[in-house]
Amino acid sequence: MTDATALIRLSGITKTYGQGQAAFLALKGVDLAIEPGEFVAIMGPSGSGKSTVMNILGCLDTPSSGTYVFEGVHVEQLTRDQRALLRRNYLGFVFQGYNLLARTTALENVELPLIYRGEPAAARHAAARAALEQVGLGGWEDHTPAELSGGQQQRVAIARSIVTRPAVLLADEPTGNLDTRTSQEIMDLITALNRDRGITVLMVTHEPDMAAYAKRTIRFVDGRVESDQLNGGAA
Amino acid sequence: MLWNTLLLALRAIRRNLMRSFLTILGIVIGVAAVITMVTLGNGATKSVSDQISSMGSNLVMLIPGQRFGAGSSGAPNFKLADVESIRNQVSVAEAVAPVANKATTAVYMAENWSTVVSGSNNDYFKAGNWELAAGRTFTEAEERAGKAVCVIGDTVRTKLFGGQNPVGSEIRIKQFACEVVGLLKAKGQSAMGSDQDDTVVMPLRTVQRRLTGSQDINRLTVSVREGASIDAVKDQLTLLLRERRNIGETEEDDFRVLDTRQLAETLTGTTRILTMLLGAVAAVSLLVGGIGIMNIMLVSVTERTREIGIRLAIGALEREVLLQFLIEAVVLSSLGGLIGIALATGASIALSSLMGIPYLFDAGINLLSFFFSAAIGVIFGYFPARRAAGLNPIDALRHE
Repeated sequence: MTDATALIRLSGITKTYGQGQAAFLALKGVDLAIEPGEFVAIMGPSGSGKSTVMNILGCLDTPSSGTYVFEGVHVEQLTRDQRALLRRNYLGFVFQGYNLLARTTALENVELPLIYRGEPAAARHAAARAALEQVGLGGWEDHTPAELSGGQQQRVAIARSIVTRPAVLLADEPTGNLDTRTSQEIMDLITALNRDRGITVLMVTHEPDMAAYAKRTIRFVDGRVESDQLNGGAA
Repeated sequence: MLWNTLLLALRAIRRNLMRSFLTILGIVIGVAAVITMVTLGNGATKSVSDQISSMGSNLVMLIPGQRFGAGSSGAPNFKLADVESIRNQVSVAEAVAPVANKATTAVYMAENWSTVVSGSNNDYFKAGNWELAAGRTFTEAEERAGKAVCVIGDTVRTKLFGGQNPVGSEIRIKQFACEVVGLLKAKGQSAMGSDQDDTVVMPLRTVQRRLTGSQDINRLTVSVREGASIDAVKDQLTLLLRERRNIGETEEDDFRVLDTRQLAETLTGTTRILTMLLGAVAAVSLLVGGIGIMNIMLVSVTERTREIGIRLAIGALEREVLLQFLIEAVVLSSLGGLIGIALATGASIALSSLMGIPYLFDAGINLLSFFFSAAIGVIFGYFPARRAAGLNPIDALRHE
């Protein structure tokens, strides 16, 4: 795993929560490399550290030790604002709980990352509409989350994550709150984004059915990588 | 960045209409209450000092005794001879009006009215800035002989004669009939809140003989020629009266010499204290409004913390999030403050015209309450956000 083309490389990442007696070691030294364009499923039982590693990969949380290199940049040395800019320009997030702004229309939710990027209003509207179109929500622009189904809300969240054309899409249990049929639709959408737009996808899931959409599965147990294997391109 | 953040702040205000409304309402009520109270208080103070200055700035009043209220300390009243010696010896005294009062009832036909009869001379009208609406003042013969003639105020006219012209009619005061020779122009309320037009003026001698039955004079009003120094006149009057009343070098005065400025200070001092009191009560409502805002902001902290987590996750910088919240707080508080000021201006104008006092715009209290409310809004809108924006994005997202 020392490929120089790696988009992401973690070496010796640890994460400790709490201090002293109550300290809990959530990650016990994780080494990981991810190439551009990969579709990786991260699996493991509860408390195995899969969400923790995901948050570190997404710069939402910082590791206690170890190095995290993203496109040649040592993320662990970046300032808070630099990490925010990295999220802004390279990463897109999809969460289990959607995390849309309440009482805010689909269009405004999708526009939000572009506002922080300082895009002019016209370009912003066009890009947000296109992203909603792409996730199959053309015509739903003016609906607020409360007026949308769970599947539709997750589509809005996906549209928001891809509207900035990120290098990496991080999805934390994206189908965790959805029924089987809707889950499949969402997975088809994510798969298509990976295949057609070359977005690297990292997805945490505990459902083997969903992991089967990925090309590679990394399995976590007890804060360590237990297995790392290619799926042979399922789905 | 500023423009985009402004956009985000306005969107946040729009989508939380209820919260925004309550925040604004808290500020509106507080600001409006404080400004209205203080403005009305200032108006009342102004009204008092206006009425006193309408008496003329050149008036000096002499009252027996050291305390307010005639003869309260048993000091002797003034005599007619005092009037003469003031006229003779104080050259800048333009008018010297002795006043002897007696409360009594005036009757005309079937109407009667309780009023105060003042016995004086024609100087009384000059010193008191009185003008005649009809008829005449007293003749010298009437003054000297103590004839039963009177000049009445507008209130007495209204009560006894309705809209009629009273000049030439006879009213009954106690047991004697008295011819109305003049009608005074209405002056309205005095600084003390009494009705100045509720008066009947007769020659001093008439009142002394027929009503009080003594030679006493309750009060002397001296008007001073324009340009003369009030203080010099007061000193002169004091010296003269001390001499006439046989007060020794070491003894205190047994009378008071007041000018209208002193009177104004005493009375406006009272209303100013009342203004401060009302302002303090209103300030409590501003504080309560502030606590309401604090409550609303703290209740919404969970939702806002998650919102901040979302914004941070999609790449907002901490300072962008903070700026948005700051703008939001400033916009809401300023809006509340401005509405409060508008409301207070309307209420103050309406109430002051209702109370018959002048409306005075007080820039100081407007600015003060505006900035105080803005500070409350900013503190309670901004500081909870500052804590949330300092969290790791994932902690903010997971905030319960």
